[in-house]
Amino acid sequence: MWDNATIMMLLEGIRDSLYMTLTSTVLAYVIGLPVGILLVISAPGGLKPRPVLYKITDFVVNMLRSVPFLILMILLIPFTRFVVGKAYGPTATIISLTVAAAPFVARLVESSLLEVDKGVIEAAQSMGADLKTIIVKVMLGEARISLIVGVTIALGTILGYSAMAGAVGGGGLGDIAIRYGYQRYEADIMIVTVILLIILMQIFQFAGTKLSKKLDRRLTH
Amino acid sequence: MESMIRVENLTKTFQVKGETVEALKGVSLEIEKGDIYGIIGMSGAGKSTLVRCLNFLEKPTEGTVWIEDKDLSALNDAGLRKMRTEIAMIFQHFNLLMQRNVLDNICFPLEITGHKKKEARERAKELLEIVDLKDKANAYPAQLSGGQKQRVAIARALAMNPKILLCDEATSALDPTTTKSILALLKDINKKYGITIVIITHEMRVVQEICSHVAIIEKGELAENGTVEEVFARPKSKAAKKLVFQGEQKVSRMDSKRCIRIVFTENSSFEPVIANMVLECKASVNILMADTKDIGGIARGEMVLQLPEDEDTARKMMEYLKERNLTVEELEDYVG
Repeated sequence: MWDNATIMMLLEGIRDSLYMTLTSTVLAYVIGLPVGILLVISAPGGLKPRPVLYKITDFVVNMLRSVPFLILMILLIPFTRFVVGKAYGPTATIISLTVAAAPFVARLVESSLLEVDKGVIEAAQSMGADLKTIIVKVMLGEARISLIVGVTIALGTILGYSAMAGAVGGGGLGDIAIRYGYQRYEADIMIVTVILLIILMQIFQFAGTKLSKKLDRRLTH
Repeated sequence: MESMIRVENLTKTFQVKGETVEALKGVSLEIEKGDIYGIIGMSGAGKSTLVRCLNFLEKPTEGTVWIEDKDLSALNDAGLRKMRTEIAMIFQHFNLLMQRNVLDNICFPLEITGHKKKEARERAKELLEIVDLKDKANAYPAQLSGGQKQRVAIARALAMNPKILLCDEATSALDPTTTKSILALLKDINKKYGITIVIITHEMRVVQEICSHVAIIEKGELAENGTVEEVFARPKSKAAKKLVFQGEQKVSRMDSKRCIRIVFTENSSFEPVIANMVLECKASVNILMADTKDIGGIARGEMVLQLPEDEDTARKMMEYLKERNLTVEELEDYVG
């Protein structure tokens, strides 16, 4: 049973899972980072309060986060088909993963930025810094450790979602676990895929923690 | 003297949970070029709001702030940002960038104004020398003590060659010795570079130590202002008296209720004023509080004396002290 074909299949599964997770995380940050910044800046008491814009953004983010991921994937089938030409496989899954993860990432970014000391922002204002400088150099710069921890959390969550996408033919390790383990009762393959997912998760977490520790200047060395 | 900061009828109201809170109610004052001006008040008096109005971190609800000949409310965003590069500020909690080292913190205001990196670093190194922290250039704020952090903040504030330095409770998080050294540094900066300094504090000793003028703020209003000597020697308002006698507790179980406060301003440090008075009047007094210092051979500071019950002796003592050119003031209810 552990023939070359199975091993190849598992290796491809790892490749597809990584491809989906990493690409979706990058795309989710491309959307989620600016939205997270917008939430912090436009909130009441923020640097540029825009109550209406804030309320709309806040509502949309909450709405997208409320839809269960599996349902969201099904709802997005027409859109996915329009963008990538088909509704199954790793590339198609990236679309729905990104849509599901972007609002989550926006909240992660928002909470990281809200942790930044208001006094430091005030100090930058008192020096005549403009909004862009405050966002880039003060908020993102001071929150960078929390942001890296956020990326680690996002990677883990998106990896989990990508496995879930296997239920509807999404590709990757989750797909293999469902097709072989669940539908064909090959428990050993299912267990191996689960172990591989655990290993991937550990690697993400280890790398994230290591990087954030290395970059944090608040600790005395 | 030319005026550096002129505040006219400044009013600031906040909306807190649907209620209107008046933080400042029509404050007017003028700060001269090169002055070290203290603004003192109990917490919640509105002094922090007042100092934030001086660089428009808070926009006043009413009234005007003039910096030299410029009305801050007439400036647009870009104009205001430019103006702020000339009005530096330091804070109680230092507000340094925790993820940048000392040198990069000092470079930050220079980065904002588009200076070249190399140029900024050169300037930062000079400033580190001024604040006596040359060896800490590559340290991170988390590795510094409170006093060192405030020195970095001062260096950062000086980076743009400001005309004005606003200090918001800048020594309130520091111990007395460190406070003294930071105040000495501020005094030095004021002298060397002629920067006008505004000091917000709740501690009279800070004002006494370095300020030339003082304004007392209570409940959003200006209670009293003038030179430090004037206000300290003859506090008129209740708020001023409360601050001048700050930290002193009423002494109980003493017989006489008659107390006076005397202020030393010009007597020689080597003249035993109180002892001579006791010898002359042949009656003892009780020193309830004494805070005097020898400043270049001149006695400075204040004392609170409990005088004998006897009316004549007490009067004689007060006359003796007035003759010696001390300010004498009767205190009511100092002992209870």
